[in-house]
Amino acid sequence: MTTRTAVIVGGNRTPFVKAGGKYAMASAQDLLTAALDGLVARFGLAGQKVDEVVAGAVLKHTRDFNLTREAVLGSALSAHTPACDLQQACGTGLEAVVYVSNKIRLGQMDVGIAGGVDSASDAPIVVSEPMRRAMLDLSRARSLPDKLAALAKIRPADLVPVPPGVVEPRTGLSMGESQARTTAKWEVSREDQDQLALESHHKLAEAWDDGFFDDLVTPYLKVSRDGILRPETSMEALGKLRTVFGKGDEATMTAGNSTALTDGAALVLLAEEEEARRRGWPVWAKVVDAQVAATGYVNGEEDLLLAPVRAIPTLLERNGLTLADFDFYEFHEAFASTVLATLKALEADGHGTVDRTKLNVKGSSLAAGHPFAATGGRIVASLAKMLAEKGPGSRGLVSICAAGGQGVVAILEA
Amino acid sequence: MSILEMIYGTPAGKFVAKKAGLSEPPTLRRGRTMPSGPVALAELGGGGLAAECLQLLGVSTVEPLLDVADARTKDDKGRMQPPRYQTRPGAVVVDATGVRRITELEGIRQALRPAMRGLEKSGRIIILATDATGVEGLEAKAVAQGIDGINRTVGKELRDGSTSNLVFVKPGTTAADLASTLSFLLEGRSAFVSGQAWRVGPSKDPHDLTDRPFDGRVVVVTGAARGIGAAIARTFSRDGATVVAVDIPAAGDALAKVANEIGGSALQLDITAADAGQKIAGHVARVHGAQKRIWAIVHNAGITRDKMLANLDEKLWASVLDVNLAAEMRINDFLLSNPDAPGGLDTSARIVGIASTSGVAGNKGQTNYAASKAGVMGLVWAMKDELADRPITVNAVAPGFIETEMTGAIPFVQREIFRRTNSLNQGGKPVDVAETLAYLCGPASGGVDGQVIRVCGQNLVGA
Repeated sequence: MTTRTAVIVGGNRTPFVKAGGKYAMASAQDLLTAALDGLVARFGLAGQKVDEVVAGAVLKHTRDFNLTREAVLGSALSAHTPACDLQQACGTGLEAVVYVSNKIRLGQMDVGIAGGVDSASDAPIVVSEPMRRAMLDLSRARSLPDKLAALAKIRPADLVPVPPGVVEPRTGLSMGESQARTTAKWEVSREDQDQLALESHHKLAEAWDDGFFDDLVTPYLKVSRDGILRPETSMEALGKLRTVFGKGDEATMTAGNSTALTDGAALVLLAEEEEARRRGWPVWAKVVDAQVAATGYVNGEEDLLLAPVRAIPTLLERNGLTLADFDFYEFHEAFASTVLATLKALEADGHGTVDRTKLNVKGSSLAAGHPFAATGGRIVASLAKMLAEKGPGSRGLVSICAAGGQGVVAILEA
Repeated sequence: MSILEMIYGTPAGKFVAKKAGLSEPPTLRRGRTMPSGPVALAELGGGGLAAECLQLLGVSTVEPLLDVADARTKDDKGRMQPPRYQTRPGAVVVDATGVRRITELEGIRQALRPAMRGLEKSGRIIILATDATGVEGLEAKAVAQGIDGINRTVGKELRDGSTSNLVFVKPGTTAADLASTLSFLLEGRSAFVSGQAWRVGPSKDPHDLTDRPFDGRVVVVTGAARGIGAAIARTFSRDGATVVAVDIPAAGDALAKVANEIGGSALQLDITAADAGQKIAGHVARVHGAQKRIWAIVHNAGITRDKMLANLDEKLWASVLDVNLAAEMRINDFLLSNPDAPGGLDTSARIVGIASTSGVAGNKGQTNYAASKAGVMGLVWAMKDELADRPITVNAVAPGFIETEMTGAIPFVQREIFRRTNSLNQGGKPVDVAETLAYLCGPASGGVDGQVIRVCGQNLVGA
């Protein structure tokens, strides 16, 4: 039906930094604006209109109801650039890419920017429920006695703010604890996890040294490389870390093989293929197809972070492909054991194996960090560039797990 | 800021400084502003080129006062004084292109004496002479050089921000060839250029002079994230250019700001990469269109790794030479030998580099830097010959003390000495370097080739 193709022509992100670090004073809007400005400068788009910018954040202030549009207004783009916010937990960035590429394919736009941002440092603080009710009563109170009565309801304990937690509302389990169950269930060893983490660091460091990120990252606040990256780490160093999730002998997850809370923003520039060629932009890769799925994790029968295991087969079948038909696999490392359990589950379901030498070849979330909504933009831009370097016809599979038992997967092709 | 510097900034400090002979430096006229007073034109025998050129620029001229015996008057103490201008001229242009004999130099003296204390602030002395290669005989050749001695001394004697410069005109040069140079010298763009002499010849590829010479043209500026590079990017943009701002990836955020501010594009690139030339051309084609060419490339990126030679290892030595000289050569090499590459050089492109007064005179602790910067000058001279049959020009500027973040780090007293040891009694601004580069890159400057122009306020260092 459609002859239009959406292609990735470039990307830009800030370096990612551990929460509370050098971006501690930067808001999500600051980070998103910085990433936009870097992208605008890279493609000489200052003062120009882009058809739409689509991004989002997972940890979002109520004041940031129009986060992306505000970032656009603060950027060098024309004020006539519309924007929309989108949110699907860690799948946000990739969903934004899917949203924009679908609009491009339908002829609703020619050039768009997709991505996301998260600042765990600038996370919204929630007040306790009694405190919130008292404040609402206070705002409604007309007379002084009513106001005093509202204030009098507040107890000292109510003043303690509720810190943001990565906790699933329906299970009360943190993401790490949920994954610890998955890790034990799929019998993923500590050594395998540490090995994957080690490779992630070494590959990411090598990519930085090779200048792979020269046209993918713009420094921000005097940070010019990912702050979490540990090029010098070793199996020995990773092996010494104490476990932080899971219980007793079953516990294998450490701070070294789990992603840290991170601040950062990442964006991808997409265009209709002919439009990209007309502008002389590099056509790195086309967005072939995408799939979302969710698991019934609430009763504990399925795994919180293994929804990609449901999404990938659907995607492959629709496109007449098998797991072996890819040159690169980009599996988001929420935890090392998420990736390893995903691979085991795919294999158990009869979908074959993933060639580990083609997996996350430029490093991934464990080494780069994982600002939730920014991860999709980081992965898509990097993978698209890798595919362009590999040559026409090369194919990549993206898999991102998300809170709420969801998963977003996509196929890119050069 | 040191305590000394703070005291110096107070009214009392300024008073003491003035008593000690450190007067407040004049504020220089900058930008595309012409002198406010009239332009006097002194034509010595056989001239005519300057008149034609000024007419082309739409500058009307007045007769100069000449210091001849019967024009002098006695002052109240009975001493003979040269004639005085009723209205202070903004510039005195001396057309000495016909001067061949030692006795004829007297004409220059006559024209300049009344101007020495008669010019308005930021006034201009501009002398045109014929290049020694264009004159016959020993006397004429010696005289040509003699005029340079006058120029350099006049530059040192002028006050209140006024400058003197000499243009040696080569045979066959037309008024149109000279127009960009004369307008640059008259305008505030040349504020910090004084005591200099350079050569202008027939243009290889004539273009008209306009105020927005780079409209529709792409100009590449390396090292554009801050300081002089950012000023260069802004100045070219003011004059119409689409600027490709290049800097190392680590400076990418500052670079993006500069690029977005002027509606250009940013290219994060380590210029010492072997394929830097390809990457620059590729970026131009990709971002600005496959049919776009590079009109000018400004090799501004540079580093210092200062150490006395006694302490200088091979690493510090090599890094400076690689960034400041070898990278520039590699990029030029690719662009010049791949004229058809998408995003490559325009057929009549401009290549400009940045030398330094350190390269001219040497500077303690800067053997590596001086080698690289003197090398840039050598490169300009050699490339001019190599590119004789192509309408591409190659030039450089050699900045003296320019007020930047880098020179701001020099200790106050030393910095103040650097500032004061030039004819304009102050440091230059990054824009002064930028204006000179933009003049050299102007389409109408096709007759300025193989020149190294110092932007140093006639600093004592570097002669």
